[in-house]
Amino acid sequence: MNENKFQDKIDSERKIEPKDWMPEAYRKHLIRQISQHAHSEIIGMQPEGNWISRAPSLRAKMILLAKVQDEAGHGLYLYSACETLGVSRQELIQQLHDGKAKYSSIFNYPTLSWADMGAIGWLVDGAAIVNQVSLQRTSYGPYSRGMIKICKEESFHQRQGYEIMAEMASGTPEQKEMAQDALNRFWWPSIMMFGPHDGDSPRTGNAMKWKIKRQTNDELRQSFIDKTVHQAEIIGLTIPDPDLKWNEERGHYDFGKMDWDEFWDVVNGKGPCNKQRLDHHKKAHIDGKWVREAAKAYSKKQKDLIIN
Amino acid sequence: MSENTNVWEVFIQSKNGLAHKHVGNVHASDKEMALQNARDLYTRRNEGSCIWVVKSEYIVSSESEDGEAFFDPSNDKMYRHPTFYNMPEGAKHI
Ligand SMILES: [Fe+2]
Ligand SMILES: [Fe+2]
Ligand SMILES: [Fe+2]
Repeated sequence: MNENKFQDKIDSERKIEPKDWMPEAYRKHLIRQISQHAHSEIIGMQPEGNWISRAPSLRAKMILLAKVQDEAGHGLYLYSACETLGVSRQELIQQLHDGKAKYSSIFNYPTLSWADMGAIGWLVDGAAIVNQVSLQRTSYGPYSRGMIKICKEESFHQRQGYEIMAEMASGTPEQKEMAQDALNRFWWPSIMMFGPHDGDSPRTGNAMKWKIKRQTNDELRQSFIDKTVHQAEIIGLTIPDPDLKWNEERGHYDFGKMDWDEFWDVVNGKGPCNKQRLDHHKKAHIDGKWVREAAKAYSKKQKDLIIN
Repeated sequence: MSENTNVWEVFIQSKNGLAHKHVGNVHASDKEMALQNARDLYTRRNEGSCIWVVKSEYIVSSESEDGEAFFDPSNDKMYRHPTFYNMPEGAKHI
């Protein structure tokens, strides 16, 4: 009964709000997806934060700082959206620390050169944007509103990355080589950010039925690849996929096989930086404990002052 | 000591003269911190000229689902709208 009414609402494109009835599985799916998204924004600050103090110019440094600060903001918007589903921020952080909640695997790769700041902005934010633009139409109101806000802020992220790549690709041979190397390392993990093929993604069915997701992993991946090929061409870089070619009939680019064994290895903790990323997050959380306690004590003191 | 801080709803006036609009919420243990967090989180691009924060627990909301009954009383009063009235042919500026 409730279930039918809920589905009718979804089918007629009305948003679900926090106080509305929803199936438990819908709530669970959202908590998993939104918290994973939030954790990705927060953990994603680390590979870029690595280069703030070594940015090649003051301009580059200010831009990178603003970009990383935006990602912190995105994390907070998403934690807020997730909390409307009845889970506390503390629980969410705990799930991350216990390894029960995941974050995007892409952030488990190291950032070895300045060109990686270009590759991340261009490809990683680029892929995230394709996903997030689609999620603006997700059926859960708070998630949808968060996505709209995030998308407005993301557009500079991709441009600043592409600008770095374009600049390096037209620089000295060494600089161009750094740019190409960054593209080589980040290309495959970036297109795997969209997740497994639709046929290997057991939760896609419900997510599409409930309109949590509006496009499947494969559709989103294809749209990202179609957009990006030309961008690589005009800055003179080569996408590291010999099978990449335009398919007139499909109206899309065909592309090579992704290495899903590597993908799952990294998801399951065997990536180059998994331990480092999580350890850093735990340490920052523990180091900040006294600040949270002091803030709490201060607010209690204020309240006591009012009462007396 | 519990680590859960208070949640505050954030309202931003985007320009002098306009109404404040709800934009989201922040966690903070006191009101100054709530204002500062709201500024850092919601106005990184000149989005506002004034911010209100109010503890979420003080917001009272009507039920969003089956909310129709609550708003019923206004449905049958079409005469509250200017389009309800018959105006003589040619009447202007009214
Ligand atoms: Fe991001
Ligand atoms: Fe982001
Ligand atoms: Fe971003």
